[in-house]
Amino acid sequence: MTPPVRTPILACRDLALAVPGRTLCRDVAVDVHAGECWVIVGRNGAGKTTLLQTLAGLRQPAAGTIALAGIPIANCAPRWRAQRLGFLPQDTFDAFPATALEIALGGRHPHIPRWQPESAADVAKAREALARVGMADAARRDVQTLSGGERRRVALAMLLAQEPAVLLLDEPTNHLDIAHEVRSLELLANLAQNDGRAVVMAVHDLTLAARYATHAVLLGGEKVETGPARDLLTAEKLSDLFGVGLVAVAHSRGTAFLPV
Amino acid sequence: MRGIDYRPPIIGALPDLNSPVHRFPPLLVLVALALLALAAFVFALTAGSVDVGIAAVARALLSSADDAGTGHAVVRELRLPRAMAAFAVGGLLALAGTMMQVLLRNPLADPYVLGLSGGAASGALTALFVGAAALVTPAAFAGALLSTFVVFGLARGSGAWAPTRLLLTGVVVATGWGALIMLLLTLAPEAQVRGMLFWLIGDLSGATRGGFALLALAGVLGVGMYFARDATLLSRGDLTAASLGVSVRATTLALHALAAFASAVAVTVAGSVGFVGLVVPHAVRLAIGNDQRWLMPAAVLAGGALLTFADTVARTIVAPAQLPVGVLTAIVGVPLFLWLLRRADR
Repeated sequence: MTPPVRTPILACRDLALAVPGRTLCRDVAVDVHAGECWVIVGRNGAGKTTLLQTLAGLRQPAAGTIALAGIPIANCAPRWRAQRLGFLPQDTFDAFPATALEIALGGRHPHIPRWQPESAADVAKAREALARVGMADAARRDVQTLSGGERRRVALAMLLAQEPAVLLLDEPTNHLDIAHEVRSLELLANLAQNDGRAVVMAVHDLTLAARYATHAVLLGGEKVETGPARDLLTAEKLSDLFGVGLVAVAHSRGTAFLPV
Repeated sequence: MRGIDYRPPIIGALPDLNSPVHRFPPLLVLVALALLALAAFVFALTAGSVDVGIAAVARALLSSADDAGTGHAVVRELRLPRAMAAFAVGGLLALAGTMMQVLLRNPLADPYVLGLSGGAASGALTALFVGAAALVTPAAFAGALLSTFVVFGLARGSGAWAPTRLLLTGVVVATGWGALIMLLLTLAPEAQVRGMLFWLIGDLSGATRGGFALLALAGVLGVGMYFARDATLLSRGDLTAASLGVSVRATTLALHALAAFASAVAVTVAGSVGFVGLVVPHAVRLAIGNDQRWLMPAAVLAGGALLTFADTVARTIVAPAQLPVGVLTAIVGVPLFLWLLRRADR
């Protein structure tokens, strides 16, 4: 018996990425299904951010197509897209004072018609999102008084409040201490596994990537590999990708990668 | 990118970082500002060399008959148009400042930061210089628009306007206009220089287009409110806004056009009145936060009330002489702004 064919929630075909003067990669094909947690790994400048922004529909690919729930992402209305796909940028701006709750409420934007105020349900969802990243007590605090890691968690709460089916995250654990790093990745892996969402994120910590990812993209310039995490996140392949010797240290809770 | 979290050595008591932000309920602030605007109008209509009481003002406003005495004419033909112009100009500048601060993601931006007032002044002064005093208004408006197009044309990179690039281009273009203004002032005959200076400082004594400016204010505020929620998100970065479904290009373009139009109308009516567009949005934001749905109308009321009040003081404080209102807003605005900066820098 063959399993039923599932439509990927996010898919790309023949994708080529370029920045002015340089082609980053070509012929990238990825099928992301609900319930999967993808990690994108690669050297600095390999194109992780460009790939994520392109998959999010925020940047034109040099070639290829991207489909969100079967619909070409270039044809999606921004609001329709934002109801289904959320993106956490590498950096966020806090030029103006705003409370953590106001920022989390911003995540509800695509779900609220233009002239309508946020409902009590929206506020409840924003508060719940803050609670999930451990920032419930900071709801009324000004984001400008928060530390870098706390701001990062508030930005993550904004994405959670958006409740998209696909979450794309560009280095979500930036500025986080190890405890919050683990908690945040666990939260994201949980969203995929138990909540039926799809998660795609760029991460630098290979040990944690191997622990939470179901699938991986190795961005290595000419050579791009995609597939199940257990096949790709190996000492041999990662040593190759980063050009630094790595050994895998096995432990009952997973595998750690040590540079040698 | 933030690196190591540097904290200064502890000297004295640190502010309680866990305390919630201190804000006022926005609706309450809006009502208070509306009352303040009303009070500013009452002040503007009653104060002056001819003594007109509140009752007489009310009679003058409500009855169109010309049986009443001089008070009637003074209120209806002199003070009311001027108060309307002052309110509109103050509101337009504060609103344009609010939008520019969001667009440039810089709380220190003001309506003139991209060189618009320099363009308007160059247009107006050129008209005065060649003796075409009747053309001052259209020349100022044309100068403001010309400057806007020049800055946006030059700052356009690969399809988008990056705030830094816009700011730098605006500052340089403004310097160019400044040089032209100095040249005109140097070459102009003595008799014209005074009028030119008043124009540069910002002056409402000749303002006649109050009704038109009020209409422009209502229009800009209405369209601005349409984009208010998008504008709030835009202040958190283009990427964040775009990922939440904001059409960043269209919204940015619309807000830039609105801010430029609002500033151009304000400058055309009253010259380059300073500080209202910088201080008012900043002060209102401190009170109610950066939610543009509240900030835009609140800034309009606060800016309008402030300029109406300031202009009334400017025309009565050294009566029978009149000060240009721009002098007064600068005298009040500079210390106020420095105080706000110190307060914000905890």
